[in-house]
Amino acid sequence: MVPFAGYEMPVQYPLGVMKEHLHTRTKAGLFDVSHMGQVVVQGTDYEAAARGLEALIPVDILGLGENRQRYGFFTNADGGIDDDLMLANRGDHVFVVVNAACKAADIAYTKAALEPDVTVTEITDRALLALQGPAAEAVLSALNPRAAAMAFMDVATFKVNGVEAWVSRSGYTGEDGYEISVPAHAAEAFAQNLLDHPDVEPIGLGARDSLRLEAGLCLYGHDIDQTTTPAEAGLSWAIQKMRRSGGDRAGGFPGAERILAEIPDEALRKRVGLLPSGRAPMREGVPLFADEAATDPIGTVTSGGFGPTVGVPVAMGYVPATHAAPGTVIHGELRGKRQPLTVTKLPFTPANFKR
Amino acid sequence: MKYTEEHEWLRAEGEVYVVGITEHATTQLGDLVFVELPEVGTEVTKNDEIVVIESVKAASDILAPIDGEITEVNTALEDNPSIVNEDAGGAGWFFKIKPSDPSQLDSLMDEEAYKKLIG
Repeated sequence: MVPFAGYEMPVQYPLGVMKEHLHTRTKAGLFDVSHMGQVVVQGTDYEAAARGLEALIPVDILGLGENRQRYGFFTNADGGIDDDLMLANRGDHVFVVVNAACKAADIAYTKAALEPDVTVTEITDRALLALQGPAAEAVLSALNPRAAAMAFMDVATFKVNGVEAWVSRSGYTGEDGYEISVPAHAAEAFAQNLLDHPDVEPIGLGARDSLRLEAGLCLYGHDIDQTTTPAEAGLSWAIQKMRRSGGDRAGGFPGAERILAEIPDEALRKRVGLLPSGRAPMREGVPLFADEAATDPIGTVTSGGFGPTVGVPVAMGYVPATHAAPGTVIHGELRGKRQPLTVTKLPFTPANFKR
Repeated sequence: MKYTEEHEWLRAEGEVYVVGITEHATTQLGDLVFVELPEVGTEVTKNDEIVVIESVKAASDILAPIDGEITEVNTALEDNPSIVNEDAGGAGWFFKIKPSDPSQLDSLMDEEAYKKLIG
C-alpha cells in the first residue's frame, strides 16, 4: 500500500504489476478508482449547467448529446491545465469526474465561479470502479445486457446486481471497458461479484500507470500540469471547433488567447512518445538532450517505465517542436550516461475502443 | 549460504562466492525488467553499487557484499531479467566474487538470522 492523494492504495495485488497489466490487455481488470472526485453540476436545466462550465472549460459542453461523455480540462489564465476531467450530459445535469489530488481545488473553484445560479455538489456516497479489457463487455453485459448496447463514451444508468449503477463506456487503459459509479455501501459486494468472474482480476496502481502510459494517456501532475498548454500536451483534439477561433462560441475560457493561438500547430514544445534504445527504463525526471554532447537539456521525461505489452521501455516527455517529429533521435541521461531515445507516435499500443 | 541486510545471498563455490538476491527481495521489488552487471575483473569494495536493477516499480542498486574481484557475471539476465523473479536463489544469480578479505564473510548472517530479519 502507498499513499496517493490522501488515500492508501495498493501498488499491486498478488498477481504483480506485470501480470496485472497483461491480464487487463487480454481479459479484464478491475480498478478501484473511488479516490477520484464525482461531481454533479446542476442549473435550472442542462443548458444552464453546461453554459456555466463552458466559461471554465474549453469544450463544447452545450453540444454534447444526452448520455454522452467528453474529455476536457480546466484551464488557467496562462493557458495551462489546472486539472483534466470527464464530462457527461445526464439530461438535467452535467456529471463530472476529476482527479483525486485536484478535487478539493476544482470544487472550490467551480463553486466560486458558478454558484448560486448553478450548484456544484460532490458525490461522496458513491464508489467508482473501472472494469477494463476486452472481456469487460461480456462480464458486465452478463449482469445487465444494456452494457453491451453502449458505444465508446456513452453513459447510462441501470441496475447491476440490484444496485443503481452510473455507467460510462470509457477508461484509462486504452482498452474497451466501463467506469461504474455505485453506492458506497454496496461497492464491496459489487466488486466481489465482478471478481468472482474467472476473467476478472484486481489491478493496482502500478499496472494502472503502465497501461495508461502505453496508451499514451496523460497523468495529471506529471505529463500535464498548470504550466503545460493543451496544444503543447497534444490535447487540442479535446477543444471542438465550436470553441476554437472562428467557432460560434470561440474562447470565453481562461487562457483562451494563448490556447487558441497555439492551435493547430504553433506550440513551441510538444509532448511526444519516446522509445529508449536499450532495455533500461527512462523514468520521470530524466533530462533530455539534443545529442550526446549537448550541455543544456531540451526537455524532460514526464512519465516512463517498462511497457509490458510492447515488451520494451516506453516514455513520454516534452521536447521543442523542432525535435518532435517521429523518428528524431535525442538523448536521455541515465546514471550519468547519455543514451539514445527515438521520438515516436503515441499510443505505443493501439487503442481498442468500441466505437 | 550467507546473507546480507541488503537481502543478498552468497553461496560458496570453490574459491569464489556466487551472489544473488533473496526471494523475499524479489517479492518486494516486483517483476524485474532491466539488469546492468559489472565488468568481469572489476575490483570492488564492500557496499560499492555494482549492479543496477529496475523493476516495473523502481530502480535499485545492488551493493558489493564484500571486498573482492568480480570473476563472472550472469549475462543471461541482460536479455531476460525475469529469471531473477523465477529462480532468485538459483539461475537468477548476478555475479561471482573472489573475496580479498575472507574474514568479512564472518560478519554476514546465516539463514536463521536472515529469516529472523525478514520476520
